[in-house]
Amino acid sequence: MTPHIEFRNLSVFYGGKRALDRISLSVRRNTILGIVGPANSGKTTLLKTINRTIEFISGAKVEGDVFVDGEEVRAVESVYALRRRIGMVFPLPVGLPMSVYDNVAYAPRRMGIHGRAELDVIVEQCLRDSVLWDEVKDRLDLLGTRLSGGQQQRLTLARALSLSPEILCLDEFSIAIDPVTTMKIEEVLMRLRERMTIVLVTNLTQQARRMADHVAFINASELVEWGETGQMFSAPVREITGRYLNGEFG
Amino acid sequence: MSLPPAAAEPPGGAVPTGDGNGGGVVGRVPARRGGRAMFRGEWVIEFLIRLCGWSSIICVAAIFYFIIQEAAPVLPTMDWGEFFGSVIWRPTSAVPRYGALALIVGNLAVAIVAMAMAVPLGLGAAVYISEFAGPRVRETMKIAIEVLAAVPSIVWGFIGLTIISPLLIRYAGAELGGNLLNGAVILALMSVPLIVSISEDALRAVPDSYREAAMALGANKWEMVRRVLFPAARNGLLAACMLGVGRAVGETMAVLLATGNVVQIPHSFVDPIKTLTATIAAEMGEATPGQPHYQVLFLIGILLLVITCAINVIADFIIKGAKAKANA
Repeated sequence: MTPHIEFRNLSVFYGGKRALDRISLSVRRNTILGIVGPANSGKTTLLKTINRTIEFISGAKVEGDVFVDGEEVRAVESVYALRRRIGMVFPLPVGLPMSVYDNVAYAPRRMGIHGRAELDVIVEQCLRDSVLWDEVKDRLDLLGTRLSGGQQQRLTLARALSLSPEILCLDEFSIAIDPVTTMKIEEVLMRLRERMTIVLVTNLTQQARRMADHVAFINASELVEWGETGQMFSAPVREITGRYLNGEFG
Repeated sequence: MSLPPAAAEPPGGAVPTGDGNGGGVVGRVPARRGGRAMFRGEWVIEFLIRLCGWSSIICVAAIFYFIIQEAAPVLPTMDWGEFFGSVIWRPTSAVPRYGALALIVGNLAVAIVAMAMAVPLGLGAAVYISEFAGPRVRETMKIAIEVLAAVPSIVWGFIGLTIISPLLIRYAGAELGGNLLNGAVILALMSVPLIVSISEDALRAVPDSYREAAMALGANKWEMVRRVLFPAARNGLLAACMLGVGRAVGETMAVLLATGNVVQIPHSFVDPIKTLTATIAAEMGEATPGQPHYQVLFLIGILLLVITCAINVIADFIIKGAKAKANA
């Protein structure tokens, strides 16, 4: 079976500086891959190569290949279509300057869905999936940017889900959210796994342990090792992996 | 905007220091040395800063006061129906007539036509420079725009007179080179640099995370600009346009040279017109201080001031309205 996402010998440079060093890694369909590692080790960069948002960073240079569904991402016919298949949640919440409703309905509308009833269903479902519905259902007209940081983060998640993506990339989605809400979203994500492949960048190793099927440990631009979550936590091959996962540095 | 709140400052000084230098000393500010002199110095600085702030209001009030004072003697005898309703402007005839309607219409018409050209052009240029151009093109264009902004208005008038006039006569069927369209083109060219530079600042101030979020949803660049950047930057863009309008309404020298100066209500884009501003500039030299003609020119000055103030107030309301809606 072709892996859903595959990185093959992927290197990324910012200017002359190497941000990722020959990463080879694959993600099976309908699994959760947890990517852990200290700050600044290249985790976010790795995510950005999947939907090619890396191209907005001036001076970034990509070597090697990223395959989504067996197709090299730089060979796809339309980068916009590629991005619509991949939901992306960034670490800092971004409520777009439009209403809560429009934030979620934005991408479906662009796909040609305009029926109010149909949009209502999508918006409600996505807001429920992101555990935001109960807090905003009475004020869907509110400007998205007026929500609190944690709410905006969940709005971002709802927006990412609005396209029913086949891949969902989450970049430290919980740093602006309280623990209780985080747990609720984690439950939702575990259920969403039936419908999509999830790549979860996190610096909370316990979050990766709770959720991920596989864990990859990236340190200083290099993929130190990766494997099944249980294996990684109980018997890592490299000594440094064990030390990181046990919270001895990072 | 929507940035997460910065980490709160630790509450300074409210805790007893307890570091042994006199138990129970509260506060982080050490006792002032040189007490009174320091206090007085601070008072002076505070007063000066306050004065700077109030000076703007004082200046506006003073301008209104002095202009109204110059125009005051003519006010009681003014035929307001004629001033606002008649197009006959004969200030120097034996029986002077002061019908300013054509001047008002001319002034507004040239400004509106100018804005119809300058706003799309200016916003488009700003979007191009901020979102599409590469760094080198961007820098070059910004310099060009600054140069454009520095061209004196009288030079723009020359350009209207010598370059645009013949073009309009040949291609637009104008009888005279100086006309509404000529003035509007010149005003548009003058307002564009202002609109571009302020709009560009407003667009660049939108956090990149917005762009990234929109693009990650599969939006193309134009959709990102229209649905995300414009709403996010709308106050700045509106301010840019209002400044452009202000410039177009108040500009004098260029329209004096380019509009043909015929007191009439225009019926086509190539009819010559005369504006309020050009009327003051052209006739002030002839008018004798203290005479009705002189005073009526000042009255026109008041009218211009009221128009520009009204534009600013309306813009303010639009911005506040947008904010209120956002807060609802």
